[in-house]
Amino acid sequence: MSDDAIDFEEIFAQYRSDPYDYVDVHSIHTGRIRFMVKEGDEVEGVTGQWRHIPGTPLYVLTRERNPKTVHSPTNGTISFVRQDLEGMFTEAGEKIITIRHPLKKREIIDRILRQVLTPFNAPERAKYYFSPEIQSRIDKYGQREVMVNPGDEIMTMSLMKRDTPVFYTGEPGIIHSVYFRPGVTVEQGEPLLGLCSREKLPFIEKIITRVKAEWD
Amino acid sequence: MEELRKRLLGAEERLNYLIQVKDNREWGNLSGLEEKCRRFKDGFYEIDREELATGIRNLEDAISFLEERCEENLTPMERVRIVRSPLRFTLKDILENVYDDYTELGGEEDANIDPSMMVAKANIVRQVKKRTITQQVMVIGHEKGHGEEYRNGGCSKPWGNEKAMRYMLVAQTEGIPIHYYIFTPGAYPVEDYPGAAQQIARNLYVMAKLRVPMISVISEGGSGGAEAVGMADFRLMFSHGYYSVISPEGAAAIEGKVRAGGQAPRELIEQVAGNLKITAEDNLRFGTIDRIIREPLLGGKRDDFPFFRKIKAEVVRATDEVVLKTKSLRAFRAYELSIDKAEEGAAEPQIDISWELNPDEVERLIQLRSRKYRAMASWAFEGGRKSAYSSFCSGVRHHLARAYYSVRYDILRSQQKMAQQVIKDVSGEGSVFIRRMAAPITSAYDFISRKHDQRPARISQAGGPFACGEAEDLRDGYVSPLANEDRTVTCPNADRHGCKDLWVPDLYGEFCGVCENCGHHFPLEYEWYLRNIFDRDSIREFNADIASANPLEYRGLDGKLKAAREKTGRKSGIITFDARVFGIDIVVAMLYSDFRNGTVGAAEGEKFVRACDQAQLKRRPLLAYVHTTAGIRIHEGTLGVIQMPKCTMAVREYIDSGGLYLVVYDNNSYAGPVASFLGCSPYQFAIRSSRIGFAGVGVIRETTGQDIAPDYHSARNALRRGHIQGIWDRREFRRNLYQALMTMGGRNLYYR
Repeated sequence: MSDDAIDFEEIFAQYRSDPYDYVDVHSIHTGRIRFMVKEGDEVEGVTGQWRHIPGTPLYVLTRERNPKTVHSPTNGTISFVRQDLEGMFTEAGEKIITIRHPLKKREIIDRILRQVLTPFNAPERAKYYFSPEIQSRIDKYGQREVMVNPGDEIMTMSLMKRDTPVFYTGEPGIIHSVYFRPGVTVEQGEPLLGLCSREKLPFIEKIITRVKAEWD
Repeated sequence: MEELRKRLLGAEERLNYLIQVKDNREWGNLSGLEEKCRRFKDGFYEIDREELATGIRNLEDAISFLEERCEENLTPMERVRIVRSPLRFTLKDILENVYDDYTELGGEEDANIDPSMMVAKANIVRQVKKRTITQQVMVIGHEKGHGEEYRNGGCSKPWGNEKAMRYMLVAQTEGIPIHYYIFTPGAYPVEDYPGAAQQIARNLYVMAKLRVPMISVISEGGSGGAEAVGMADFRLMFSHGYYSVISPEGAAAIEGKVRAGGQAPRELIEQVAGNLKITAEDNLRFGTIDRIIREPLLGGKRDDFPFFRKIKAEVVRATDEVVLKTKSLRAFRAYELSIDKAEEGAAEPQIDISWELNPDEVERLIQLRSRKYRAMASWAFEGGRKSAYSSFCSGVRHHLARAYYSVRYDILRSQQKMAQQVIKDVSGEGSVFIRRMAAPITSAYDFISRKHDQRPARISQAGGPFACGEAEDLRDGYVSPLANEDRTVTCPNADRHGCKDLWVPDLYGEFCGVCENCGHHFPLEYEWYLRNIFDRDSIREFNADIASANPLEYRGLDGKLKAAREKTGRKSGIITFDARVFGIDIVVAMLYSDFRNGTVGAAEGEKFVRACDQAQLKRRPLLAYVHTTAGIRIHEGTLGVIQMPKCTMAVREYIDSGGLYLVVYDNNSYAGPVASFLGCSPYQFAIRSSRIGFAGVGVIRETTGQDIAPDYHSARNALRRGHIQGIWDRREFRRNLYQALMTMGGRNLYYR
């Protein structure tokens, strides 16, 4: 993606006009539903030092006489509730609630970066580590000084107790963002890294600086 | 003027102390006196000297009058406030004023592994017939400090209690008496190694058989923290101190069902403090202490020097008494007479007694200690006592059983062992001799007859019930009544591990209450274990008639006990029985949740002690299976707390006599029992998904001011910290128990 292809102002204006994320909540399985929130209610997400305090209860789904309370995954305001389903039987995967989640500065930067960086996605559902060579270069020079070219052994994929090398296939670039944690399973297709060309780096830095400066 | 100023300041200090003790300015017009005092202070140089002197004298008289009235009707909660006052003496004051010189061991001031636990080697000097006698003692106790934050208010951390234990053993090596001073509101409830509960248990285990005289003096005796250094041969208590199973505030929070962060109403705290019977007089009446040291009006303070002389006299006398009890009866009588003389002068006894004991006297000391603790709270339960005739019969039975098991195990078994050993040695020697002689012939024969592809047969790994492939199916056994519901439940780990909903008949039937996906163990009733762990029809319960009572006449407890009896059909929170596991005879003590949440009181303690005795008599392994225990039953006050040393003493005697003691924790196991007779076992295991700890989440938050991780008390973390030796799957309990009995007990399963 070239600098010209990104309409930076448009992206910015989009977030300025609607700085929210709309999180859809779907029914986790079939069952009789009873809502515990209504439109306009403020809800909290998971909190606590160990993320052990569940969010605000959203609905109770009863199946096989097993009432299951589902909690809010994020904070925000309830913008939509399928009130017509109250007390009714619902199918699995039905969209039942939407939470309007106010985006934080960090989330906006993260989203913009995902738009402008070239992602390197996980080929399998597995645990990933940097290859020893890349890791030593990162340790020595810092993450943003490491250039990767197509064919480089960039990662080690740990799956079913076997370690398989993963080779880079995209455009040459530097590692800007890392989205995985060593030893934590990543779903197939999820981005592992965000890369960009060296020339594009000042442009990306400018975006970050601007968001930091202009956003409340 | 200077003298008047000093008197005014002194009066002000006394007044403030009185206000603090009463926690109420309205009583006795204290606010009026406070105002008067302030007026004198503000106008000290303006008021006429004569008038000022008269005013101060009147003020002093009024305060003295109020102090006497306050002392006459001191409530338990006022005693608690006296003990917590920053003006009260601490261990350092005692060390400086009672002992002649001392050296602190294991750290100094804040440069210390745990500044709340102080250990010092001290000399105590007394004059006997114009001779100066210096005797060495080890002083161990809690130091609250005067406003020193790092002392943590006398709440010892596990490593502080470990330090105390280390120096108890030093005193034992040196053969000097130990003086314990207890100034703690409770132990600091952290699980980090060595662990609050586990370390207290180890301390009790060591103290049970420590080979030196020990004296403890209680000022503030907060439950488990106090017991960590409290299991002494003679227990003294200050008249204004308190000794309790739980702080009155904590008990009131439980009684009033106060939620986290809330505070119980003041009236309820006062009422609960009264119900708990925490004063020195109460404890003396119950037999949990031996003597009271009288304090001056409204409690001793840092500068009450005559009071320190009294403390010295009392601890010297107590040590003398303990030592003399191990000596001849005549010596003790002579000593008794000298006490009477000494008490008139309130000085230490004018008698020269060496505190060194010979081996026979040490044995007598340990015997007396055992007898003392075993007798404690023996009146505080119902049942278990026999008429003269049945007592005689059971005595005869007991002696016959003793003789039978002595012949069977001590005489025949040892003879058999010796014979087996001789036969083994002879056959071993013989086989080596024959092999050497026949070696050339056999090797020639092997060379001719050997088939080259033949491999040596594999040696059979293990015997026992699993060798012949016996696989017991738990589905054939007892099925929980919980399985009779047609519904599903959700595994608590569903979000993390993606567990599917579990159909209840499957879960509590075929799956034995275990999630098939993640292995989470759902709680099961204790009957499931009774029916599925032990051999069929092998359970023989004993001492079932011993019943929990209400020795403190705690308001509301009778109703609760009645409800528990009706619910369970049993009389106490512990079941003790003989049972078999794959043919191995064992004795089991089982704390279970349905009866007052498995809390331990006098009845439970007595039953546990008798189970230890039964196992010792019959030379059988002892299993303590903890289905659930919430700790010591607070409604029994210190009579509950005393079960900690009492039961630990029984365990120690059982283990020392050669027994194998295993503990298995399930569901929730907390507080006193874990910090004593359970935690002292060398072999502790837990069933998966169980929680083990000293204090619950709320108490930890309140005490340490920190939140703890949700899995803080999990069995896995207990294993990681080294508190337990393994985690068992419920479905493998029977096998693992058998395996543990075989590996830990070995060939000499019952006795070493």
